Amino acid sequence: MQKRLLAILLVIPALVMIVLFFIVPLGASVVGAFVVGDTYGLGNFSKSFELYSSDMIFTLLIVGVSTLLIGLFSIAIGGYLTLGENQRAVAVLRWLYRWPMFIPFIVVGQILRTFLAKNGLMNNILVSLGVLTPLQTVGFLDWRGIVIAFVWKQTPFVTLLVAGAMASLDRSTIEAARNLGASRLRILIEIVLPQITGTLLVGLILSFVTMMSVLSVPLMINAQSPTMLTADIAFRINAHGDYGVANALGMISLLLTAGVALIYLRQSVKDRS
Amino acid sequence: MMARIDLWWLPRALVLGLLAFVIFGPLTNLLLWTVAEKWYFPHMLPLEYGFSFWQRVFSPRGNAMESLMTSIIVAVLTVILALALAVPAGYALSRLKLPFRSLILLAFLIPQAFPNLPVYVNIARFFYQIGLNGTILGVVLVHVTHGLVYAVWIATAAFSSVDIDLEEAARSIGAGPLRAFRDITLPLAAPGLLASAIFVFLESLDEFTGSYFVGAPDVNTLPLLLYTAGSGGNYQIASITALLLLIPSIGFMLVVERFLRADVLSKVGH
Repeated sequence: MQKRLLAILLVIPALVMIVLFFIVPLGASVVGAFVVGDTYGLGNFSKSFELYSSDMIFTLLIVGVSTLLIGLFSIAIGGYLTLGENQRAVAVLRWLYRWPMFIPFIVVGQILRTFLAKNGLMNNILVSLGVLTPLQTVGFLDWRGIVIAFVWKQTPFVTLLVAGAMASLDRSTIEAARNLGASRLRILIEIVLPQITGTLLVGLILSFVTMMSVLSVPLMINAQSPTMLTADIAFRINAHGDYGVANALGMISLLLTAGVALIYLRQSVKDRS
Repeated sequence: MMARIDLWWLPRALVLGLLAFVIFGPLTNLLLWTVAEKWYFPHMLPLEYGFSFWQRVFSPRGNAMESLMTSIIVAVLTVILALALAVPAGYALSRLKLPFRSLILLAFLIPQAFPNLPVYVNIARFFYQIGLNGTILGVVLVHVTHGLVYAVWIATAAFSSVDIDLEEAARSIGAGPLRAFRDITLPLAAPGLLASAIFVFLESLDEFTGSYFVGAPDVNTLPLLLYTAGSGGNYQIASITALLLLIPSIGFMLVVERFLRADVLSKVGH
């Protein structure tokens, strides 16, 4: 009994941090969303939908498309790392794919802003190679830029998880299928993928939540309308000091994420049991 | 046999080359911007190279040095506080019987599992009332809360990977619980704890959103400087700042496996 008390005492300070500096403000944001003037009401929400409903759809689409692409790329890279038969190509790929993983979002924003701009290095190279004329160049600093930034930064993280899960699979079924003449693509889809769905899902959901809360990338790549909800929240605070609408927008993005987070919690509880 | 292999190198090289371009193209672009004196469309490469912007960034009057110092102070304080909280918690989570253990582990994930922008907005408002807004301590508290999941989860895994028999052997020859912890468990868990410290340090160094609401404009960390320089259209200064943030991140990526051995890694989150 004394030992249990000690254990609780050792954990409490860290838990208090989470409660005090995350859960309490999270609660405050939910309550604040309903504060209109001196009373409670739904005014902030009607204003949010009136002003920002296109941004809500825009946010969901961008994050959804990014998540999908991250999933596809991470399966492809992880699959090749696991099933690739040329050791040298596998080694090169393993060395190559993780570079963007630890690069901070703000740096990703800066890097891609200069790279993807109408007069950025990407277009400069294409013009120099004669693929495009200077008049044909287009900048990618709109929704495409945000998607590229998200996929560029988050794919290595999900791939790391997916490749790790794939590497710890039982090789014998893979070898057996290979001996029976199954193609590697078929092995990937029918044997490997079903066994790592849990890990893939966890990685994608963590990425989804991360992308929903990144402020720097939309601010740096595409701050004009339509933009992501995070940029709108920052704008409501900085330009108007309007905490009501900012909190309502925050709660909407919470709800959008909540559905996804729920899948994650169920998955991780299932893994644990 | 040879002919088949040679043929397959074509698509392989094509795909790997494309991937290399996608990853290193933007990074090269950043490097070019840090030394570009003059660069305009449609020239593929800068017209003049030089280090005059580096001089401006690192001059005593430039605010980059100040931001770098602020960032490092904040990150070091964040690591100290996070580890002071995470080492006891990780030990309890891995060694002692705790009710609701997996729920407690999940609780530390909460700051990563919800969009944290609305939270930062309200923390900033709350900190403003109690005078913590725009202070180093305020920024550190925000960073610790966000980084605690790495600190606690990796510390728990690091302690779990230390063989419990060693600790019990020390106890059986008369070492007290604190002594056994200090002389046996802590040194053996040290590489894992170091990894968690590096994770927390990088998280703090790179953190933008929390610092933007709680710190700016008084606590000017490197990411905030990058953002201001970038929005002002000063791509050289922004790129040099970005490079300063990039070096520790990439360095860590290259050595992470030395600190985070597979036996620790496999226990993360369990």
